[in-house]
Amino acid sequence: MRAVITVIGKDTVGILTKVSGICTEYNANVIEVTQSVLQDMFAMIMLVDISKLNKNFTELTDRMSQLGDELGLKIHTMHEEIFNTMHSV
Amino acid sequence: MLNVHDILETIRMIQDECLDIRTITMGVSLLDCIDSDIDKACEKVYDKITRCAQNLVRVGEDIEKEYGIPIINKRLSVTPIAIVSAACNASPVKFALTMEKAAKAVGVNLIGGYSALVQKGFSAGDERLIRSIPEALASTTCVCSSVNIGSTKTGINLDACKLMGGIVRECAERTVDDKCFGAAKLVVFCNAVDDNPFMAGAFHGVGETDCIINVGVSGPGVVRSALSKYPDADITQISDIIKKTAYKITRVGQLVGVTASKRLGVPFGIVDLSLAPTPAVGDSVAHILEEIGLESCGACGTTATLALLNDAVKKGGVMACSRIGGLSGAFIPVSEDAGMIDAAVCGSLSIEKLEAMTAVCSVGLDMIVVPGDTPADVISGLIADEAAIGMVNSKTTAVRVIPAIGMKEGEFLDWGGLFGKGPVMNINKYSPSKFINRGGQIPAPLHSLKN
Repeated sequence: MRAVITVIGKDTVGILTKVSGICTEYNANVIEVTQSVLQDMFAMIMLVDISKLNKNFTELTDRMSQLGDELGLKIHTMHEEIFNTMHSV
Repeated sequence: MLNVHDILETIRMIQDECLDIRTITMGVSLLDCIDSDIDKACEKVYDKITRCAQNLVRVGEDIEKEYGIPIINKRLSVTPIAIVSAACNASPVKFALTMEKAAKAVGVNLIGGYSALVQKGFSAGDERLIRSIPEALASTTCVCSSVNIGSTKTGINLDACKLMGGIVRECAERTVDDKCFGAAKLVVFCNAVDDNPFMAGAFHGVGETDCIINVGVSGPGVVRSALSKYPDADITQISDIIKKTAYKITRVGQLVGVTASKRLGVPFGIVDLSLAPTPAVGDSVAHILEEIGLESCGACGTTATLALLNDAVKKGGVMACSRIGGLSGAFIPVSEDAGMIDAAVCGSLSIEKLEAMTAVCSVGLDMIVVPGDTPADVISGLIADEAAIGMVNSKTTAVRVIPAIGMKEGEFLDWGGLFGKGPVMNINKYSPSKFINRGGQIPAPLHSLKN
């Protein structure tokens, strides 16, 4: 089971650290990261393994949105199944 | 294989273009709750609903968080109460109060099924239920009602049309302090379907399994946005773009339905391939038609563009899910669609044009506010016209009009939320009384003889 975490918003110091810190806290293993900064807009997509989480997945999604609110960013944490289902026949 | 483009497209659809799952509706059969003692029957109804649906809202909210897709409504539909209450020799309003209590206990926002199926005549309990609808809707907040008065197979029950004109008016009169909202919770159908997840017309058909999950998807904003990227496409390409978009929207419905069904331990019924608008900016079916090339919805060309849209939505959606049902198509409610409201206010959209549109949309005349002095017979005539379109075209049609008691053309009824606000629209007041009062049954059309 994997999930996709996307972070979009104004670039500030330490976004990657904070997001991956929460992943560690919930025992979500980071598999892949793509990140780009265009002018001052930060966009990151992170693929994480959620099969060994130490809490419910919904708690992780709540925690990430809360971090997004704190940093003034949009953070979406979504089960990868929605992307696979939507974009393949 | 995931790619960045697909991920960002999905997020944009949800965040900027109002993609959502409009409803997860659990259908619950109440056939095993029938009892000649109304109190015992109501007790069984309450127990059954609260037992079947106890986890519905929580499971819906979990799925919402895990997939990051909003699920706007969690709802219930039950066996038509006219059948459940037929054996009780008492007013069925008690059933409405029980439905309300059960709905509140499990946390759903609407419950449908205070219904009667009278397309070929009234059986025991039907007329009593219909006459109790105004009281039931005035004394509850989340109970919805529907009456099927015709079908392609049976023709149209004109006695029921006559009765329903008066009932619609009475529903509005009894809730005049609540902006006539009673009438917004009542739908009069022709060719009603058994597995419709959308309110106010949802009920759980008698041929359905004991408990089932049906899903209604939405996403007019996504379709419009997709079309806006191809301003010079010809109309065949427009149809293809709609198909591709509808496929993606419906896939999400399938995923949510299958997941909910698994977690609730309840069979998965159908996905309703729908484009259901809301009053929110960017969530309008009328704006799709305008994106295709109309100056305003209601202009000449509206029926053709809507026919194309409705057809392409079904063609795109049909590959995306295992079973399709419900009403499936583009809804055209007036008060719930920002573009329709604007078109009605500027005079571009009339009830007559809406009636033509109902021949090619998913259902019928929906959420239309008419002047408060509209006579019951005129509403009955409107119901008969709409039922005739459904009967002859072998499609579901419906009437949900709200007589705005004490208001005239040009004023507004504003409910807020998903129900939106509707301008009072002009309706032809020449009388159909003699026709309506003839009573009897309009025979089924020739093409109903298919065997």
